[in-house]
Amino acid sequence: MITGATFWIATAIKVFAIVFGLVNLGALLLWVERRQSALIQDRMGPNRANIKIFGKEFRVAGLLHSAADGLKMLWKEDFVPPGADKLLYQFAPVISLVPPLTLFAVIPFGPSIYPDNLRRVFGSEGWNAAAGYIPLHISVADSGILVVFAMASSGVLGAALAGSSSDNKYSLLGGLRAASQMVSYEVTMGFSLVGTFMVYQTLRLEQMVQWQVDHAWGIFVQPLSFLLFFTAAVAETKRVPFDAPEGESEIVAGYFTEYQPMKMGMFALGELVEVMTSSALITTIFLGGWQFPFLKLDGFHFELFGIAKPIYMSHLAVVIISALSFVVKVAILVLLQMQIRWTLPRFRYDQIMKLGWRILLPASLINILLTGVVLLFVNGR
Amino acid sequence: MAAGTKVIKKPKRTLADQSFVVELVKGLGVTFKHFFKGLNQMRPGGPRPDVTNFNYEDGIATLQYPDEKRPYARRFRGVHRLTHRANGEPRCTACLMCSTACPAQCIWIKPAEFPVGHPSRGHERFPEEFVIDELRCIFCGFCVEACPVDAIRMDTGIHMTAIDDRGSFIFDKKKLMSIPSQDGDFVTSNDRPEPGDKNYGGITRLQGH
Ligand code: SF4
Ligand code: SF4
Repeated sequence: MITGATFWIATAIKVFAIVFGLVNLGALLLWVERRQSALIQDRMGPNRANIKIFGKEFRVAGLLHSAADGLKMLWKEDFVPPGADKLLYQFAPVISLVPPLTLFAVIPFGPSIYPDNLRRVFGSEGWNAAAGYIPLHISVADSGILVVFAMASSGVLGAALAGSSSDNKYSLLGGLRAASQMVSYEVTMGFSLVGTFMVYQTLRLEQMVQWQVDHAWGIFVQPLSFLLFFTAAVAETKRVPFDAPEGESEIVAGYFTEYQPMKMGMFALGELVEVMTSSALITTIFLGGWQFPFLKLDGFHFELFGIAKPIYMSHLAVVIISALSFVVKVAILVLLQMQIRWTLPRFRYDQIMKLGWRILLPASLINILLTGVVLLFVNGR
Repeated sequence: MAAGTKVIKKPKRTLADQSFVVELVKGLGVTFKHFFKGLNQMRPGGPRPDVTNFNYEDGIATLQYPDEKRPYARRFRGVHRLTHRANGEPRCTACLMCSTACPAQCIWIKPAEFPVGHPSRGHERFPEEFVIDELRCIFCGFCVEACPVDAIRMDTGIHMTAIDDRGSFIFDKKKLMSIPSQDGDFVTSNDRPEPGDKNYGGITRLQGH
């Protein structure tokens, strides 16, 4: 791995790209969700916000609605309820937005880059491995997935603090619901992944991807685990159908009832970023991460009908295709989550708890047991 | 069980129902079908159904209102107009039926007598001023129903537009008489011979009845 100044510069670039990218993609997702839900419901969706340049209207397919929303939120009065806990009240939105962003630090979004060898084919003549490589994930911590769990579970703090500090009974109820729901699904989330650790024999996400590149995608190895983790991840985002923390007819907007637009926007953005991070996690753990089918580090290797026909490609091309395939996989998962959000009606609170504790948790325990038994036979011990 | 009672069995909740997976896939099938259909219709030049007619085809049902409009029915109650006589005078006889019937009380008429010697004198009056406050009007059409001589009509087909000062919503006689019907004429096809006309069949004051 590269060390010294280059390492820090590369890290800074990665951090900037991820934070900047995710926050802006959040605004894009707002648009995606609006238009997608509109099409599902045979509507057109918002498309009238426009910008006038030289007397010509530009509507950009309704993208400007997100910008208009942001501007509007920015100009609203920033009011703090008199009875609120000032410090916690101000910090809660930040606490709910930062963990999903931080979580991205350990997710690899592409294979390692060898900056000196961009034009060469991997491992070919003149390949200079001594110059070091740049891993395409920010943190190289050994803890890997444990960071993910730590961050994912601190997301609940934001909601709970917002609920308790707002001095509003609806907020408090919403915060309580958010806390209990997220804690419940956190358990399943953790247990459902144990099976994958047992198979991959590692906690580091980049090594999980490597295992999947070498063997098979996690969704084929651990289908039940995929299903459970996906459900738990959707529940973690606190969006429909798992949106018990909010509920117009019962507790208004739940834990962010008392929040002013910009801070409420931070909660909403946090939710959308969470959708993206959970999709990225699922991609990494179950869908082969940045792997493009048949693409090895030195190019395509089609092995169909016994005919092996490698197409060699430069390192740069391979990295770009891999990173793009990661983005595409994440995008597909995000769209799928949105589609689910507009397909299912919301669960009742007791249904959420029943699903979490009585169905998902036992299923994840059974999955661990099955995985252990299968591994025992496969490894022949 | 009482006679005539139909027992409806509660559908069984199977494992497939309770695991949500099958049902979710079914639901996703429905939403994806609509999504891709809508996506195809929304592309430039896509086969978007014509929402301005009343066919109610499947697909994107949004009517982009000020840009696209559905035609109003001929019976649509639009902005009022005052119909003309053959000589261009208003048909209105200033009977005040409309202003009496008006629930919003937004019609104001100043009646005046025809000059001495005018054939209509003694039979009817004419409105010296005729004012409708279109902001107060609730477009109920009672005035049209009330009018005995078909002098006030709402068949202009004009949707009351937004004007940015209140004064312009007060339509006076001149304004009301300048609005044509949706067919472009200022008269009404309901014939009404006036006193003095050849085919006037009514009594006249001169006969002393
Ligand atoms: S339409 Fe109704 S409210 Fe309007 S002027 Fe006629 S009677 Fe009055
Ligand atoms: S009811 Fe007809 S004739 Fe009588 S005042 Fe009104 S518009 Fe004139």
